Amino acid sequence: MVAIPSRHKSLVLLAGVIVLQVLMLAVQIKRDSEGRLIRVWTVGAVSPFERAGSYGFGWIRDIWRHYFALQNTTKESEQIRRENDALKLQITQLQGKAAEADRLAALLNFRQSQASVPMIGARVIGTGAGTASLTIQLDRGERDGIRKNMGVITPDGVVGKVVEAYPNASQVLLLTDKESGVGAMLADSRVQGPVGGLGEPLLVMKYVPNDDTVNLGERVITSGMDRIFPRDLPVGTVAEIKPGNQFKQIRVKPAANLERLEEVLVLLSLRSLEMKNEENTGDPQPPPPGAPNPPRAAKR
Amino acid sequence: MNEAFDIRGESHIEVHKFRTGAIIIATLLALVIQASFPIHFAKTAVLDLPLLVTIYFGLSRRNPSTGLLLGMVVGLLQDSLSGPKVPLGLYGIAKTIIGYLASSIGARLDTEHPAARFALTATFFVAHQGLIVLTRRILLSQPEPWFSMHLVGAALANALVAVFLFLLLDRLRKN
Repeated sequence: MVAIPSRHKSLVLLAGVIVLQVLMLAVQIKRDSEGRLIRVWTVGAVSPFERAGSYGFGWIRDIWRHYFALQNTTKESEQIRRENDALKLQITQLQGKAAEADRLAALLNFRQSQASVPMIGARVIGTGAGTASLTIQLDRGERDGIRKNMGVITPDGVVGKVVEAYPNASQVLLLTDKESGVGAMLADSRVQGPVGGLGEPLLVMKYVPNDDTVNLGERVITSGMDRIFPRDLPVGTVAEIKPGNQFKQIRVKPAANLERLEEVLVLLSLRSLEMKNEENTGDPQPPPPGAPNPPRAAKR
Repeated sequence: MNEAFDIRGESHIEVHKFRTGAIIIATLLALVIQASFPIHFAKTAVLDLPLLVTIYFGLSRRNPSTGLLLGMVVGLLQDSLSGPKVPLGLYGIAKTIIGYLASSIGARLDTEHPAARFALTATFFVAHQGLIVLTRRILLSQPEPWFSMHLVGAALANALVAVFLFLLLDRLRKN
């Protein structure tokens, strides 16, 4: 057997490890496999820490915003200041809870106004661990009825869709990701076109002909054509319009604040909506191929 | 000879050893913070803490085999946490090579000075992004731009954070 000089061993190991990973990439592309088992293990192991970290960071942030940032403004005596600081700390905690209650109340109001739509509230506990994909991680998963391809929204607008559901957590691809997209239309002119991400804060609306009239600030809403989101949910507003070769280049500012998401709603199924619409229109249609089965309703 | 390090025959560069479990805990902490911090502080998404940890331990351990294996593990964990749109191996390949390069360079240069750490981290960050773009273009057929001003800003931000983070991680070394 040919002996490898010791100084070359690490180089051989490097080549071996790289080849192994390239093969792993090739297998994933060829079989469209996503290495689910490895991901389930990793997410299962890390999500409890993320959950704890999310609450911890939230607490520290609230303290920072409401306590330390204001600490230097007080000019009172040390004794009063100590008492004051203790009170501020209490207020901070209460403010944090009040802000959370406000957000949850907004979610609940929205939830109640859309009583016919099965949805579940979830807390954002993490983001993608890199810049290659714009994802967030939720604290609810398959056990709560969440399945792949379900839509995710806030009362402000569309957030994205579930790309992976684990037993106790799920990952959501944000609308701003390059591979994301939603069936949309302009609220006034009713011109339809998919809205997708570019990996930047603004979205892009495609396939709107140069002849169609589009106004700056015009609202963009869901069209319901993607069979994930119901019609008329806010997607964003037109922020930039440029004439293109054949179609306009339209940039859309997302309605939901995708950079500061703390609680979201997951649409548990679109099928019941479709059935309800069909009953209303008296025009029954078969469900689309590959449509997700309605999960067990688990509501927050 | 001090138990905390030994001297490599010709290179006369210290090989640092760390407290038990320090590398594992620091790596997991970097991954958790990377996944949690941007929710509350959106601007921190520009940082790549797992990369900084890979570079630090590569430069300190100065063993190419250890460096590349640590890079591979960190990269694959980062792939796993980045959602199914990121194939397993994208960060894995990039961090494997960075781990190898960091430990190889660490064995030849003194990398204890903050200025050296700043320059090396900025260079490694750019190389890491270059490897990701290369993998995307060649293996995944996903066209990505090679260069942007955002990359320069991100490299400088990561290098600046690395200077302070590395000082913190120095405390995990055995004396």
